[in-house]
Amino acid sequence: MTAAAEVTPLRPLDQFELGYAAQRRRAKFGWMIASILFFAFFAFSAWLGDFFRVTQVTLTDGSREWRWIIPAGLPRLGEFIERTLPVLRWDSLGADLAEWFWRWKVWLNLLVETVLIAFMATALGVFGGFVMSFPASRNLAPNTWVLWFSRRYLEIARTVPELVWALIFVFCFSVGPMAGVLAIGLHTAGALGKLYSEVNENIDMAPLEGVKAAGGTWFDQIRYGAVPQVMPNIISYTLLRFEINVRASSIIGYVGAGGLGQEFREALSLQEYTDLSALFLIIFVTVMVIDYGSEKLRHKVIGLEKGPAT
Amino acid sequence: MSASAALTLSGVSKLFDETRAVDDVTLKIEPGQFVGVIGRSGAGKSTMLRLINRLIDPTKGSISFRGSEITSLRGKALRNWRRDCAMIFQQFNLVDRLDVLTNVLIGRLAEHGFLSSMAMQFTDAERTMALQALDRLDLVPQALQRAGTLSGGQQQRVAIAKALVQQPKIMLADEPIASLDPANATLVMDGLRQINKEDGLTVLVNLHTLDTARAYCDRIIAMRNGRVFFDGTAAQLTDDVVRDIYGLDGLREFNEAVTSTQSVALPA
Repeated sequence: MTAAAEVTPLRPLDQFELGYAAQRRRAKFGWMIASILFFAFFAFSAWLGDFFRVTQVTLTDGSREWRWIIPAGLPRLGEFIERTLPVLRWDSLGADLAEWFWRWKVWLNLLVETVLIAFMATALGVFGGFVMSFPASRNLAPNTWVLWFSRRYLEIARTVPELVWALIFVFCFSVGPMAGVLAIGLHTAGALGKLYSEVNENIDMAPLEGVKAAGGTWFDQIRYGAVPQVMPNIISYTLLRFEINVRASSIIGYVGAGGLGQEFREALSLQEYTDLSALFLIIFVTVMVIDYGSEKLRHKVIGLEKGPAT
Repeated sequence: MSASAALTLSGVSKLFDETRAVDDVTLKIEPGQFVGVIGRSGAGKSTMLRLINRLIDPTKGSISFRGSEITSLRGKALRNWRRDCAMIFQQFNLVDRLDVLTNVLIGRLAEHGFLSSMAMQFTDAERTMALQALDRLDLVPQALQRAGTLSGGQQQRVAIAKALVQQPKIMLADEPIASLDPANATLVMDGLRQINKEDGLTVLVNLHTLDTARAYCDRIIAMRNGRVFFDGTAAQLTDDVVRDIYGLDGLREFNEAVTSTQSVALPA
């Protein structure tokens, strides 16, 4: 009998308990480090962003005092909302409402313009994004050059914000809805192209091989093998994008690119605060209606996919 | 290189990184033959078929068809070769969300220009051709159904119909019955045999069951580690040879019926 044989070997269960405890300790330590880093970074960002600034406020007795900026500023939010609220009395409700929405003819026109900008921009964006999404997909690109260039194109189109594109296009084509359509359309092409290409990268490649083996070109493989597979997702993403574009087109008029945004700017500069709440209400209701409608439509498209059981 | 051979492979090799998937294969396939290729998984059977159809390019060697070189083909000429050399896959490779008729018409794409292809515009003559092909495989009632709703056996027959409308000069099949139940496997193999006998089309088919190979093939080629290990008739394929092909030395007994996908009694 050697000495080694006298040491009782650990039973498998005890061995597991030891290993498990060690694993738990490592995981805990990892979480602790990650949490410390996260909070340190968060606090640093808040400090950079003036969250800890101290400002002077005037108290009710007229004396000045130093306060943290957040408690000092929060009451002003209530003040702002109070200013935008219209005066509505029960006995003269009709007249008060008419007073609140006094520019409703102009606003209704601009609302229609806003939705049309979103529609046309989505249509243009879908076209650009759809065509470019195939060469921008890793599994479908005919070669790395095409992949690189189409990805960069989509990146530039979506990295520049709509408002910046709008500023550029207002400079080129003067004030009006066309600048807005081009601005939102270009950004949409970039954003949708990216989403579409991610859908493309998840498809089953077997049908494409089937087309290729029958003598089909690259375009044939895309048209017959890929497009039928991605269609439901394309429709769903497109409707979602239309909702986003209605929101975008309602603010883009701020830089003169058509739609309701220009009224926001005017109301703010003329300090017509009740106009702001009226405009906000109009956009809120419109976006809600469109969201609801497109969600119904999207679910219908997805539902069609499941189809009748066969 | 004799021009009488339908297909000639000389010294064909395919390397994937360091692995020799196909290693110096030299073969002559005579016109009208029904040739079965057998071997273990990873023996290089699929790679060889893909090399012939030019879905992948050989690292070395040359492949020619009726005396003309096909390893150097590019562009339109390459697509025409793929049309002439129809291919059937284990997983059918149909477009599930398109109807059966359109799936068959994909076999006509090599004849189409860009616009008519993108618009999915096919001529009446082509539709007739597709329906006749479907009729040969008893699939006309399913012509307007989505391909994805069909059973595996039906889908594989759609794939054969698609191959037929390519009006090919040779037909390749990569494990066409590996995903099918015995009844459907028999239907598909019978379909291939019918095409071979009636149209005189050369058929080259990868199989993983010996009894199917014995039942249908004029000639059996066995591959092992990327090389041709056996080339002869079913009768020449003795138990000893089979043991070597599949590396069954460890097995005391070997019963072909275990791997069988045939539901009917084999022809004598």
